[in-house]
Amino acid sequence: MSADLHDLGFLEAADALARKQVSSEELTTALLDRSERLEPALNSLTWFSRDAALAGARAADAARAGGDARPLLGVPIAIKDLLNVKGQPCTAGSNILKGYTAPYDATVIARLRAAGCVFVSRTNTDEFAMGGSTETSAYGPTRNPWDTARVPGGSSGGSAAAVAARLAPAALASDTGGSIRQPAAFCGVTGFKPTYGRVSRYGCTAFASSLDQVGPIARSVEDAAAVYQVIAGLDPHDSTTSSRPVGDCLPEVRGAKDLKGLKLGLPKEYFVEGLDPEVEKLTRAAVEQCRALGAEIVDVELPHSKYGIACYYILAPAEASANLARYDGVRYGFRAESEDLLEMYEKTRAGGFGAEVKRRVILGTYVLSSGFHDAYYLRAQKVRTLIRGDFEKAFSRCDAILGPVTPTPAFRVGEKTADPVQMYLGDIFTVNVNLAGICGLSVPCGFSPDGLPAGLHVVGPAFREELALRIGAAYQHATEWHRKKPADPKGGRP
Amino acid sequence: MAMKFSENADRMDVRYVAGLARMALSDEEAARLQGQLDDILAFVGELKTLDVSGVEATDVATEARNAWREDEPAAGLGRDTALANAPLARHGQFVVPKVIE
Repeated sequence: MSADLHDLGFLEAADALARKQVSSEELTTALLDRSERLEPALNSLTWFSRDAALAGARAADAARAGGDARPLLGVPIAIKDLLNVKGQPCTAGSNILKGYTAPYDATVIARLRAAGCVFVSRTNTDEFAMGGSTETSAYGPTRNPWDTARVPGGSSGGSAAAVAARLAPAALASDTGGSIRQPAAFCGVTGFKPTYGRVSRYGCTAFASSLDQVGPIARSVEDAAAVYQVIAGLDPHDSTTSSRPVGDCLPEVRGAKDLKGLKLGLPKEYFVEGLDPEVEKLTRAAVEQCRALGAEIVDVELPHSKYGIACYYILAPAEASANLARYDGVRYGFRAESEDLLEMYEKTRAGGFGAEVKRRVILGTYVLSSGFHDAYYLRAQKVRTLIRGDFEKAFSRCDAILGPVTPTPAFRVGEKTADPVQMYLGDIFTVNVNLAGICGLSVPCGFSPDGLPAGLHVVGPAFREELALRIGAAYQHATEWHRKKPADPKGGRP
Repeated sequence: MAMKFSENADRMDVRYVAGLARMALSDEEAARLQGQLDDILAFVGELKTLDVSGVEATDVATEARNAWREDEPAAGLGRDTALANAPLARHGQFVVPKVIE
């Protein structure tokens, strides 16, 4: 094998391992070495342990030597620091969970483990996944590998930056309002949020339970599809998971050559004031590429789109305020000492939570409180119905929807931290997909004149993952954007 | 601590709500949050311009259903594992500050 083992994609690594061209120990070592070298410049990881990762890799190599031929045996993957991996820390980017050791595997982790994957590192996240820049992490901001003065997006900014910088061939992430797709777009990698109910949330630290969904970030749609179909499916530990079978979509995704026979919708509401002209240009060029691949492009309407952010910033904080009630200093995590129980709770939560989490917990508590519930929370749930209805109507006219993932390319570190509303507006094209519970894919579609990546959003109906992935794969088979890689950032160790 | 919401329905009493959420706030934090939350509430208030009469509420999108299973005992984490992350544990129990005199 060449010296650049870290450049191998997820399925390329699986293939090289199967052919015994490389061992999992060699591959994992290469990624750990590279992580040690580049992390001072990127801060994309919250934790990695050479011993833990190499123990997994050696076990995989021993299994292979014994005749084990599982297709993903020994393939390394990074995990967002929000998902429980038994015996490893799981902090959700928060001081309140510093020192916590996961006592069990999340279902998605158990499935990757059963497939033979090696957990190589844990990736940085906005605190409890609340943010769009990874700046709210208690571990400090992650830097965008394309320009370290800029954010990688968030909340899964660590996963996106680590995959872009070749610290791992793929990573697990989670998406509540765009947290997989937006950082994937900002970092020039592929990110996929499956339909709500397609992937188990058991063992994924809860933020907003009716919106959270786990999915992959990788360097191609094929790699993302390979991870997706391992983690998807019914789980008795998560009653919202669907019993629909998960088929093998890889042959279809690999074979996607054109888009003939498909109607792809273009919502006029996604091309409005506030959309950066460069991002618009790149998105429209990607749409033309889809047309050239044989798709029929049709206009569709999503008239309630503009209400999505307001709706989301009522529902998500409401659910978060309930979910985060568990952090009380009694059963796990940080505890502020006090002689008085109530004061112990108040000081623990005051000292353990960062500013964005406090903001959202207070907002969520308010919109659920007596006298305000109907005006805010109930009304937002009704608006959610209208947003779902928009998509249902649109999907009666088209097979999938195309648009931009983000209104701008990656912004500068610190640029939006003082103004929460400006930060929230960055979710404008992604939140509605979570509110409607459908699936969304982000694929790289070019670069701004400053060299910053942009993403094409492929939005599919509920449980039509294979369709969204096939469209993204056909686009990638005709373009080279997903193959571009950033130069190694300055500021790493020599 | 003020014990009721402010008279202006769109201006929340940050300290009161933080108390409901069991969070102590410094004066400086409360002042900063007050301004930011006023902005956020003004922003999300745009939903009030929408007519939602006759619209049903959505709590979970896609396939919400009641999930039944047989009521059979299964292995849990076990006491020691469950207590392993506790800030303070004694005699197989979580320890909290005294709540009764």
